[in-house]
Amino acid sequence: MATVSPTPLLKDELDIVIPTIRNLDFLEMWRPFFQPYHLIIVQDGDPSKTIKVPEGFDYELYNRNDINRVLGPKASCISFKDSACRCFGYMVSKKKYIYTIDDDCFVAKDPSGKDINALEQHIKNLLCPSTPFFFNTLYEPYRDGADFVRGYPFSLREGVPTAVSHGLWLNIPDYDAPTQLVKPLERNTRYVDAIMTIPKGTLFPMCGMNLAFNRELIGPAMYFGLMGDGQPIGRYDDMWAGWCTKVICDHLGLGVKTGLPYIWHSKASNPFVNLQKEYKGIYWQEELIPFFQSVTLPKDCTTVQKCYIEISKQVKAKLGKVDDYFNKLADAMVTWIEAWDELNPSPSGIKPAELPNGATK
Amino acid sequence: MSVAIKDDEIDIVIGAVRSDLTSFLNEWRPMFSRFHLIIVKDPDLKEELKIPEGFNLDVYEKPYMDRVVGSSTSVLFSGYACRYFGYLVSRKKYIISIDDDCLPARDPKGFVVDAVSHHITNLTTPATPFFFNTLYDPFAEGSDFVRGYPFSLRSGVKCALSCGLWLNLGDYDAPTQALKAKQRNSRYVDAVMTVPAGSLVPISGINIAFDREVLGPALVPALKLAGEGKFRWETMEDIWSGLCVKVVCDHLGLGVKTGLPYVWRTDRGDPIASLKKEWEGVKLMEEVVPFFQSVRLPREATTVEDCVVEVANAAKERLGSTDPVFARAAKAMLDWVNLWKSVGYISSSSSAV
Repeated sequence: MATVSPTPLLKDELDIVIPTIRNLDFLEMWRPFFQPYHLIIVQDGDPSKTIKVPEGFDYELYNRNDINRVLGPKASCISFKDSACRCFGYMVSKKKYIYTIDDDCFVAKDPSGKDINALEQHIKNLLCPSTPFFFNTLYEPYRDGADFVRGYPFSLREGVPTAVSHGLWLNIPDYDAPTQLVKPLERNTRYVDAIMTIPKGTLFPMCGMNLAFNRELIGPAMYFGLMGDGQPIGRYDDMWAGWCTKVICDHLGLGVKTGLPYIWHSKASNPFVNLQKEYKGIYWQEELIPFFQSVTLPKDCTTVQKCYIEISKQVKAKLGKVDDYFNKLADAMVTWIEAWDELNPSPSGIKPAELPNGATK
Repeated sequence: MSVAIKDDEIDIVIGAVRSDLTSFLNEWRPMFSRFHLIIVKDPDLKEELKIPEGFNLDVYEKPYMDRVVGSSTSVLFSGYACRYFGYLVSRKKYIISIDDDCLPARDPKGFVVDAVSHHITNLTTPATPFFFNTLYDPFAEGSDFVRGYPFSLRSGVKCALSCGLWLNLGDYDAPTQALKAKQRNSRYVDAVMTVPAGSLVPISGINIAFDREVLGPALVPALKLAGEGKFRWETMEDIWSGLCVKVVCDHLGLGVKTGLPYVWRTDRGDPIASLKKEWEGVKLMEEVVPFFQSVRLPREATTVEDCVVEVANAAKERLGSTDPVFARAAKAMLDWVNLWKSVGYISSSSSAV
């Protein structure tokens, strides 16, 4: 039912994770919305460079040296010279929720001209249930002014806990390199005023530019893979995390939403550079998608970590023959979980994925 | 991006549940006048239909329906289900069907929405059921497939059904509308999307369009509630029909889209009165949805008719003993397939195109 109470700030329960190699000037524009929160900045690239953080923000910053120090040999699972390194931020966070945003993403305006508080919308999305078992044609039923449509069984109207809130982007759309090359001038100007749950059993391309998730529910699945320096592929970090995450969410009965909020994506990366990073991914994904579509997880995989390790085994068994990269990736997935568990020991007797969701709507 | 369609490939089928269609047809005239209309009068409606001049149309009423299908079978077409008779006798490739209490909507810029041409665009551009595109319809102007969308899935599949939405009176069930008496849908969501394969959806019959040639008898006039009446709150026939269509489409590799276009649904009726009259439909969904979610069609079912028969048999077997309404629905589906074979004329024996 429509709720009149304001969205809680959750300022002590949410960390904002930002990967960066350049500077954080973009935070100035976000200041009204981000200042109450703790930031975890993961510095990609040359660790000797100093990243200037605007005054007044509470943050911790990690560069490659810090990552090596914290993880030791396990640091091998964290990508070097790629924004995939952001997942280190998820691992070291102690908060329940994570919001991650790219440093070329700014505050967008809604059709009425009002600035969009993206973080507030993500929090709303995460705090209210998802509905993965039956599609609601009026989209998010818990929104003001909406509801479940005729024919929607009442037994499914409570929904399930939301693990992921996937936001979108106005201006520069998140296209792959070939599409960018063909349509360099296309801009996303369509504001689609909807949030929806991605149905169970359906995969999607998860973009890490404007993403929030419940770290307690799904954190260990948000490994952004091996990308960048020394790796044969780039720009598939968030895709990889998204496919693993969706398979696990479907298995554990958690929800993934997409749609609002929008941010304004200002910078188009170089399509030729992108093509070089992506090209293996473009043909590998033809194998990856059928793989993820057919992954089944045994019933005894009751935690995210167990699910993730199981997926890593299947990656090795079925994708290792596509390219040796996947053997390395499978190993890195295991290393990631080991590192995660070391940095995030669970209280005895309580499995992380089975912790209650806390505040509901 | 749409294929050029000739006007004579389209029938607009209107089920007349109310007799005076004057303002309805006059409001839709700019959008409808190019096309052939099939108006089917609810056989239970006693008053004469009032239809304004200037349309190219055929009107079907009870006596004709009795002649064509037999008076015992014409009961299939009472109430909102009367439109299915129009689907049966149409000879066109595409059908667009809108409830007679809906008017053209306006988009946020104030332009009148041409629901007809929107539906046709939906039906003539591919659907993408196998992977979700986060920018929704990749074939829309200014949109495309996003990074990470496999290239082999970008040509999509044929879209067989286009489900539009409604501003003002949303298609809520009676309890919901009764509880939120003043709630009206004012949110214009500027998107069309494909409902993913394997995912079921409650398809409202209020504003739909489909490829008749491809779907044939997949839309079924089957589930008739005990207290079924002349308000959508008192029906679930379209929900059952839509679930059947989605299962068939998923099996045959066809697509179903939802979203634009919107129509404006006028305020009519009293949800509390409807709820008093017919409340079982809401309860039945608790059985209906799990049933359709569990239906598995065999590989040998390669035509729409085969698929519908399989669903009907499964319904009889698994739901028949739960409530007589389901046994009747199963039988109605079989009768409908037979009717389609004899009267439906244009063979729809193609499987995935």
